[in-house]
Amino acid sequence: MESVISGKAYVLGDNIDTDQIIPAQYLAFNPAIAEERKYFGMYAMSSVPEGQRGLPAGNIPFVELNQFKSQFQIVIGGKNFGCGSSREHAPLALAEAGITCVIAEFYARIFFRNSVNGGYLVPLESTTRLVEQIRTGDELEVHLLDQYLLNKTTGKRHELRPLGDVLPIIEAGGVFNYAKETGMLK
Amino acid sequence: MAGMTMTEKILARHGGKKSVAPGENVWVDVDVLMTHDVCGPGTIGIFHEKFGRQAKVWNGDKVVIVPDHYIFTADEKCHRNIQILRDFVREQGLKYYYDPDFVKNEPGMPNPYKDPTKTNYKGVCHKALPEEGHVRPGEILLGTDSHTCTAGAFGQFATGVGNTDAAFALGTGKTWLKVPPTMKFTFHGRIPAYLTAKDLILAVIGEIGVDGATYRTMYFAGEGISSLTLEDRMTLTNMAIEAGGKNGVCDVDEKTLQYVRQRSNVPHWQVERDDSDARYIYEHEWNLDTMEPMVAKPHSPDNKDTAHNCRQVKLDRAYVGSCTGGKITDMIFAANILKGNQVKIETYVVPGSTEVHADMRRLNLKGMPRQGNEKSIEEVLLDAGCKLGPSGCAACLGGPSDTFGRLNNAEVCISTTNRNFPGRMGSTKSSVYLASPLTVAASALTGRITDPRDYVSDPIQTGMAGVV
Ligand code: SF4
Repeated sequence: MESVISGKAYVLGDNIDTDQIIPAQYLAFNPAIAEERKYFGMYAMSSVPEGQRGLPAGNIPFVELNQFKSQFQIVIGGKNFGCGSSREHAPLALAEAGITCVIAEFYARIFFRNSVNGGYLVPLESTTRLVEQIRTGDELEVHLLDQYLLNKTTGKRHELRPLGDVLPIIEAGGVFNYAKETGMLK
Repeated sequence: MAGMTMTEKILARHGGKKSVAPGENVWVDVDVLMTHDVCGPGTIGIFHEKFGRQAKVWNGDKVVIVPDHYIFTADEKCHRNIQILRDFVREQGLKYYYDPDFVKNEPGMPNPYKDPTKTNYKGVCHKALPEEGHVRPGEILLGTDSHTCTAGAFGQFATGVGNTDAAFALGTGKTWLKVPPTMKFTFHGRIPAYLTAKDLILAVIGEIGVDGATYRTMYFAGEGISSLTLEDRMTLTNMAIEAGGKNGVCDVDEKTLQYVRQRSNVPHWQVERDDSDARYIYEHEWNLDTMEPMVAKPHSPDNKDTAHNCRQVKLDRAYVGSCTGGKITDMIFAANILKGNQVKIETYVVPGSTEVHADMRRLNLKGMPRQGNEKSIEEVLLDAGCKLGPSGCAACLGGPSDTFGRLNNAEVCISTTNRNFPGRMGSTKSSVYLASPLTVAASALTGRITDPRDYVSDPIQTGMAGVV
């Protein structure tokens, strides 16, 4: 796990559900096949309604047409990020698009768990609401171990919550590696 | 030591501990692992990658595979995904697989089963699991689908997981769980004729919000819940996830025992109950006689209102189906309102399982076997002008563009399903109102959202529908 993650912010609102993150019509792609897996990047966030795509402007595409990667690396969300369907394709799609961490006020549990156990991205929680304080495109620096976020565009610093119990799984890179490291799996 | 809840007891026992407390992480043994055609292929991919191409699942009798999401589509990848499941079932020698045997290795839309009693195919996994005897009180069920929580209606711990967790459990039979605190929702009185469990759960979610039960157990208690059929209790626990719940549970009673004994071939399981001094993080009580028919307005299941308040809303479509609202009791509720009338808007009906479909042909409007020339539920619905599709998830989650009932434009739809997120049933331009099968059927007759109290006065009998 890198201790500092930097990149451009893509800002969303509350209750971003997994149907918005990766719509059902793309779930026929099989993530176990590399040629198909990359399409999850192409269609990531494609069902976020117009007006809410990249706040505050709301009309910024997450991934440009016909591209597999996003120009953004860090997603900022509000409450209940990743609610709804349990599809692991959601954190996978964000990771395929190049997202390394999400910072939200709090998460729906299955999204959080999938992000951690699958080792796709680091789901962090902010101590205050960031949606109105950070703009899409701002340059961010996330200090994982020191638990803060620096907005290099505005110069503001925001505190993050400790990862707690799941830190060892994130550090190991997912539940399989964790289970191997702790001797549960051979 | 403080008392424990049902969920705490189940997790403690499966973790080899005397007691657990909310917040604790425990590694537990899984009793049943379910997957389907959308998450199965990814799960199988991770299983092969991590445990090896020759690896065997931890216990072939505890894995249940139910293809249900993308069956009736010409999309080739969807057919390919079913083939991946078939290959895995053969490779592992799995017993419990419900094959859409009419999906052949050829391009185009598959021809659905003709006779729902003559196919191995079931339809929606959460309906198939109890029907085929895979849910039992006191057990732990994991499924690669967020509505796996449905099975909590039978007094077990059931929750949705992702592909990685499922692959891990496939290889080891284990998973780690954080013990959730329990929220208790008590319903007093008996369910009146114009309400179904859907109204209750929409009221609950409207009260606590779509994140109100995040990381928590939702326990539905009281004589109001005992008065519900098992099928209707499943509507409650099904939608626990819509409040962010980790799982939902109902108490085990005679109805539960009768259902499970009839369906399951596993002789031993242990019923757990909440201790009288069990601790709850939240409690709320309702009186069923003062509750009203509810809707959730676009685009969130907690955007609650009464059906009455929404009576000006004009509709383009009605939809009866899914694991929430495609059970036989839902069909009986809808048919009793539609009987002898004509729908004013396009009305799609999708049975939750082939058993539901067969029962729609076998049973009358009271849920009893049809006698003489009594009309079947299916006939009543078709006579009223409904379009009937084969069992499965269909338009509940949108799916490929050729999916039956999918909202491809800016339609306004009233639906018995569980989610009305932007684009959930198809186009992001569409709007979905969630409601009970009674409200959906009444609204289909008028083309506007309609309070079912205008149509029902006497209680609708459902007999032993769904149970036997
Ligand atoms: S019917 Fe709908 S909610 Fe139920 S499993 Fe299928 S897609 Fe999911």
